[in-house]
Amino acid sequence: MVSHAIEVRNLYKIFGPRGGDYVDAVKNGLGKAELNQKYGHVLGLRDINISMPAGGIMVVMGLSGSGKSTLIRHINRLIDPTAGEVLYDGVDVCKMSENDLREFRRHKTAMVFQKFALLPHRTVLENTVYGLEIQGVGQAEREKRATQWIARVGLSGFENHYPNQLSGGMQQRVGLARALTNDADILLMDEAYSALDPLIRVDMQTVLLDLQKELKKTVVFITHDLDEALRLGDKIAILRDGMVVQQGTGQEIVLNPADEYITAFVKEVNRGRVVNVETIMAPLSGNPEGMPIAKGTVLEMAARAMTSANQTLAHVVDENNRPVGAISLSAIISSMVTPTSHEAKAA
Amino acid sequence: MAGLCESLPDFLCKFPAFSDVSIRAVRKSVDDGFKALVRSYVNAIDAMVQPLQWFLNYLERLFVSSPWPIILLIMLAIVYFGSRNIKITIGTALSMLAIGLLGLWNDTMVTLAMVTVCTLIAILVGIPIGILMARSDRVQGIVNPILDVMQTMPSFVYLIPVVMIFGIGKVPGLIAVVIYAVPPMIRLTNLGIRLVDKEVLEAADAFGSSGWQKLKNVQMPLALPTIMAGINQTIMMSLAMVVVASMVGVGGLGKNVLQAINNQFFTVGFLNGFALVAIAIIFDRTSQAYGKRLQKHSEVIHG
Repeated sequence: MVSHAIEVRNLYKIFGPRGGDYVDAVKNGLGKAELNQKYGHVLGLRDINISMPAGGIMVVMGLSGSGKSTLIRHINRLIDPTAGEVLYDGVDVCKMSENDLREFRRHKTAMVFQKFALLPHRTVLENTVYGLEIQGVGQAEREKRATQWIARVGLSGFENHYPNQLSGGMQQRVGLARALTNDADILLMDEAYSALDPLIRVDMQTVLLDLQKELKKTVVFITHDLDEALRLGDKIAILRDGMVVQQGTGQEIVLNPADEYITAFVKEVNRGRVVNVETIMAPLSGNPEGMPIAKGTVLEMAARAMTSANQTLAHVVDENNRPVGAISLSAIISSMVTPTSHEAKAA
Repeated sequence: MAGLCESLPDFLCKFPAFSDVSIRAVRKSVDDGFKALVRSYVNAIDAMVQPLQWFLNYLERLFVSSPWPIILLIMLAIVYFGSRNIKITIGTALSMLAIGLLGLWNDTMVTLAMVTVCTLIAILVGIPIGILMARSDRVQGIVNPILDVMQTMPSFVYLIPVVMIFGIGKVPGLIAVVIYAVPPMIRLTNLGIRLVDKEVLEAADAFGSSGWQKLKNVQMPLALPTIMAGINQTIMMSLAMVVVASMVGVGGLGKNVLQAINNQFFTVGFLNGFALVAIAIIFDRTSQAYGKRLQKHSEVIHG
C-alpha cells in the first residue's frame, strides 16, 4: 500500500444559505467580520493551499474558531466546500458522486474524533470492527483484524467492555484502533488528543509515532497545542481566522515565525526539543574536534550527551559518519533560549 | 354591560352566524356524501380489515380457551425474562390470581388479546412513520399537526366515522384504540432518532455508512430507550381506551365497566377498573425494567 499526498487547493468555505454568492467578494478582500455583519454569513476557510506529504504527519494547528476542524472535514467531505478542490491521488474529493464518496470514505480514510464518538451500545471489539462491518467483511476476518489492533493500542483484555466503562485515554485508544482497523491510507485525527490529560496525551503521541514508523500513512492531525504539533508534525500549517498564516517544518516555524501571532505562540516552546544540531552548526574549519553527534539530533539531546561526556566541542556527522559541521556547547545553549527580539516582538 | 347592546346594531351583539338552513344543508350533503362513499367501498374495506379480524379472533380464542395455568405460566415467564425481577413476577402472579378468583379471568383475557394486537399494530405503524419524520423536516411539519388532532380530538368524535365505515364490532374498536394510542409511538420514535449524538452520526458518516447502515447500527439502537418509552405509553393508552372502545362492541373488562356505568353497579365498576389497573402496572413495570436492562452499557464505572 502506497500512501498518496493530499493537495488542498484554493479552498473556500462560507457558512450560510447562500455562501456561493460571496466567494468572489471574499476573494476580492471582503473580511470575516464584514461578511458576518453585513450579509450574515460566516467565513470558515479562505484560500487554503496546503500540500500534505504522502506517508507523513501533517499537523494543522490553530486556536478554536480558526477553521482547523472545518478544514479536516473537507478531506473526507463531511463538509462540502464553497469553492476549491481537495485532490487525493489525482481525484478531486469534492467532485465525487455519492457512491464514490462512500467508497472513498470506506477504503481510503479513517477518522479519530475529539470526543471519541464511539458507539455506546457496542463493546470495544464491536466498535473496532465497525469500519470493516459496513464494508461487508466477514465476521471472523474482521474480528481477527480488530483484535490485532486492539492489542497494538494496548487494550487487550478489554474487548468486551463498553466504552462507558473505560477512561478517556482508553476510549481514545479504541477510537484509534477503530480507525487503524480500517486499514486506510489516510488517517484523519480531529483534535484526537485534546480531551486527554497531559501525561496520557504524551503517551498517545508516542503510540501514534511508533505506529507511524511502520505504517507510513498520510496522517492529518488537528491540534491547538503547539508542543503537540512540533512533536508530531513532519509539516505544520498554522491557521488563523480561516487562513493559513504559515506552513513549514517545526524548525522553520520556531526559528522564523511569520508574524507576531506566531511569535507569541513559539515564545513558550522548548527550542531544545525542536531545533536540530545541523540547523545551528558552523562550517567545519580544519579537523573535526570533540565528540561526534549524529545529524538530526535535537539540541537538548546533544547538550545532554556533551555535558555527560564533559565536552564543550563536538562535530556533527551525517548518515555515513562523515563530519559535516562543528558545534559548541555555548552555541547550543544560546540557541535554546528564546531570542530577545522574539520576546520584544511578542510583548 | 347588558345595556350596551340596546344602543348597538344587532350584528355586534349576537354573532352573525350562517343561517340554520344553510348549515343544515352543508351538513347533510357532507354526511350523505360520506355515507355514499362508504357504501360504495364497503366490500373493499371489509376485505382489507378481514385479516385484522382473523388475527384478533385467533388471539382472543387462544387466550380464552387455553387452560388458565398455562396462560399464567407463560405470562409469568415473559414478565420474568423481560424484567429479571422477582418482585415484579410475584406481583404479577398475585394480581392475576386475584383477577381469576373474582371471576374476571375470561374478560381479562379478551382485553389482553385486544391490547396485544393494538400495541403490535401501533408499533408497526408508528415506528416507520417516526423514522420518516426524523429524516425529513417536511414530513415532520405535516405529521405533527395530524398527531395533535389525533391526541386532542375527543375519542368519541372519531368513533363516529370509524363506526360508519367499519360498523359495530371489534375491528372498529381496534382502529379507534390504535388512533388514540399511536401518537406517542410516532413522536417518541422521531424524538429518539433526532436526539442521537451528532458526533456519533458524524463518525458513522466518516466510515462511509449508507443511510440504512446508519439507521440500523446507530440511530435505532441509540434511540431504543426513547422508543421503549413510546411503546410503554402506547400500551398504557390502549388500556385506557378499551373502555371507550367497548361502546362500539369490544368485549372484555371495558364492556363490564360500561355496563356498570349504565346500571350504577359500584362494585362491579371498581373491580373491573382495578383489573385494568393491575394489567397496566404489569405491562408498565415489565416494559420499563426491560428497557432499563437494554441500557446496561450506559453504566459508568470509571469517572
